[in-house]
Amino acid sequence: MNCRSEALEVSVEGRQVDEAMLALLHTILLHRSTGKFHYKKEGTYSIGTVGTQDIDCDFIDFSFVRVSSDELDRAIRKAVGEFKDAMGNGMDGMGQISLEFYQKKKSRWPFSDECIPWEVWSIKVNVVNLANEQERQICREKVGEKLGEKVINIVEVINRHEYLPKMPTQSEVDNVFDTSLKDVQPYLYKITFQITDTLGSSVSTTMRRLIKDTLAL
Amino acid sequence: MDSDLSPQDKKDLDKFIKFFALKTVQVIVQARLGEKVCTRSLSSPTGSDWFNLAIKDIPEVTHESKKALAGQLPGIERSMCVEISLKTSEGDSMELETWCLEMNEKCDRDIKVSYTVYNRMSLLLKSLLAITRVTPAYKLSRKQGHDYVILYRIYFGEVQLTGLGEGFQTVRVGVVGTPIGTITLSCAYRTNLAFMSTSGLKCTACKICHYMFSHFLPYPPYSPLRTAPIMGIIIDHFVERPFGNVGHMHPCIYRAPGEDEGAYNGVEDSQEVCTTSFSTSPPSQMGVPGKEGGVPQQVPVQPCHGAQAEHRRVSSCPPADHVPATPSSSGEDAETSSRSVGVKSGSPCGLLETTFTRKVGAFVNKPGTKVTTASLDLPFAAFAPRAYDLEENDPMVQPPESSATSSPLQGSLHSQGSGESGGPAQDDFVMVDFKPAFSKDDLLPMDLGTFYREFQNPPQLTSLTIDVSSQSMAEDLDALPEKLAVYEKNIDEFDAFVDTLQ
Repeated sequence: MNCRSEALEVSVEGRQVDEAMLALLHTILLHRSTGKFHYKKEGTYSIGTVGTQDIDCDFIDFSFVRVSSDELDRAIRKAVGEFKDAMGNGMDGMGQISLEFYQKKKSRWPFSDECIPWEVWSIKVNVVNLANEQERQICREKVGEKLGEKVINIVEVINRHEYLPKMPTQSEVDNVFDTSLKDVQPYLYKITFQITDTLGSSVSTTMRRLIKDTLAL
Repeated sequence: MDSDLSPQDKKDLDKFIKFFALKTVQVIVQARLGEKVCTRSLSSPTGSDWFNLAIKDIPEVTHESKKALAGQLPGIERSMCVEISLKTSEGDSMELETWCLEMNEKCDRDIKVSYTVYNRMSLLLKSLLAITRVTPAYKLSRKQGHDYVILYRIYFGEVQLTGLGEGFQTVRVGVVGTPIGTITLSCAYRTNLAFMSTSGLKCTACKICHYMFSHFLPYPPYSPLRTAPIMGIIIDHFVERPFGNVGHMHPCIYRAPGEDEGAYNGVEDSQEVCTTSFSTSPPSQMGVPGKEGGVPQQVPVQPCHGAQAEHRRVSSCPPADHVPATPSSSGEDAETSSRSVGVKSGSPCGLLETTFTRKVGAFVNKPGTKVTTASLDLPFAAFAPRAYDLEENDPMVQPPESSATSSPLQGSLHSQGSGESGGPAQDDFVMVDFKPAFSKDDLLPMDLGTFYREFQNPPQLTSLTIDVSSQSMAEDLDALPEKLAVYEKNIDEFDAFVDTLQ
C-alpha cells in the first residue's frame, strides 16, 4: 500500500503560527475522526456522535470548525506549541509540521509493532517578520484568504475517497484508531516537525514527538 | 431503476438521501445565522444523530426544506438548492451564494449502501461544515445586524445562478457515489468586485460598501500599497429583483421552539431510525442496522442576539398598513426594540412614514406621567418625521392589546406608548427635546444632549480655510525660493527623520 502524501504551504507572521497550524490540523482531524465505537455482540458496533465547534482566530481574519473534544484540542495545541517554540520567537524562519495517519501492524515478540503510514499531511510554514501595523493588517487578511484556500484543498483531497483503513474488529480497533480519548475517536496519528534556518540549509534539528504514547513495550 | 439494489438497500438509500438533504440545509443555514455553532460530542449514540454528527435541527428550517422537497428526493435533474442572499434595511437585496445538491447519472453499483454511502455522506457533511466558514458570505453573516440581514431560500429543480453576477466562483464540497447516481455538493458564490454605489455614505447599503471597502483596504483607502478587495457589493438601488419570489426568502435567524407557534411538525421525522449500528462481518452476515429512535431530542435554545431576533424586517415602508414586528421578536429586551427603531427611522420613506415603535430606550429614565411629543424618549426623534393626523391611526402608537407579551418589560413599554398625547404637530417637522439614549438630564446643566447639540456643527478649522483674498499664486511662487533655502539648510534633519521611519 502506498502512503498518500499531501503538501500545503503557508506564509505567516510569527504570532499567527499557532492559529494557522491549529486551523489546518483541526480541519484535517475533523475529517479523520469518528464517534467512539461501541462493539456489541454478533460483530456489530455502533458509533458515537461527533460534535463540532466554531473557532475564531485572533490574529487572522479566519474562522474554522474543529471537533468538540477538549482532549484532542489539548493534544494538538501541545504539538503546535512545541513546533512554535522550536521555530523561535520573532525570528524569520521556515519549518514543516507533519500530520501522519498510520496503522499499527502487530509483530511477534521481541519486535515492536510496526507503524505503517497511510496518509501524511505536510504543512510548510514560512515565518515572516513585518515592520509596521499596516503590513500586519494586510497580512491578517491575506493569511485568512490563504487558509481558506488550504481548507478547500484539504476537502478536495479528502473527498477523493482514496484509501482508508478497513473498519476493524474489536480486537484490532487499537491498531487503526486512537481509542484513548473519551468523546471522539480519531484515526491513529502522530505529529512531527522539522525546522530549517533562514538560509534553508541543512536541517538544524530534527525532532520526533509522539503525541500519544501508543507504543507499549 | 437498478435491479441490483435490494429493496432494503433502496429503502435505506432513499432515507439516507432524504436526511442528507435535510442536514445539508441545516448546516448551511446555521452557518449563516451569524453566531458561532457549538455542539457536543457524545461517546454513546443517541439514535437520533444522523450520520454520527451532532447537527441540530431548527424546526423552521426543516419545515422549509420539506416544503421545497414536497415529498420528492434530490435526483437526476432534480437539484436541491439553498440560496443565501443579503438584504439591507432599506430593502436592497443581493444574492451571495447558491449551494447545490445535485445528482448525476454516474452510478457506483458495487458500493455498500448502509456502510460506505452512509460514512461518505457523513464525511461530506463535515466538509460542508468546513467550507461554509470559508466562503465570503460567512464573514458577512457574522456581522449582520443593523444594516443588513442574511436570508435563505430553498428551492427544488433547476439551479439558478444568474443572480450571482458575473465571474462567480464555484467550489466543490464533495461527491458521494451511490448505486443510483453520484451526489455532488457544490457552492457558487458571488465575487463581483465592482463598487457601483456612488452616493457615498448616505444610505445604509452604502455603509456596507464602505465597511467592506475599508475592511479590506484599511490603511488608507487610496494608498499605493492597497490591495484589490477580495469582494465588494453591488448596490443596485433602482434595479428590480430578477426573481419575483422575494416572499420566499427567510431570515437566517433562529427562533426557540416555544416561539414557533407549533406550526412545524418536523420533529416527527427525527424519530425515524438513523443507522447507528454497523457490522464488521462480511455483508452476507450483516446485522440489523439501527435502533429505535425513541423520544426525539429537544432542540436546545440557541442564544438569540438582539439584532438577529428581529424577524421579518420590512423591505419597504408602506404607509399605515405596515405590519408591526412579530410577537416573537417582541420578546427581546428593550435594547433590541430601540435598535429596530434606529433602523426604521433611518429610512427616509416620506412624511407618511409612521412605522416606528415608540418605546423607551434601554437604560433611559422613564419619562414623567405627562408624556408629550416634546419629551418623547425616542432616540434621534428629531430626525423622525411625523404627521399629527396619522398618529391616532397608527397602530404602533396605540398598539392593540397584545396577548403575546412575553416579558414584563415589554408590557410596560406598550403602556408607555399608549399613554402619550398627540401634541401640536401640524407642521411636518416638530421640535422635540433631544434625549439621547443612556443619558440622564436631571443633575448637570450640561448633559449629553446639550453637548451634542452645541457641538453638532463645529466651525471649520482655521488651518483648513483658505483666505483667497490674502494670497495669490504669484505670491506663493515668490515665497518658494526662500522656503527651499530653509529646507536645504536643514536637509540633515530631514534625512535623519526619514531614516527613523524606515
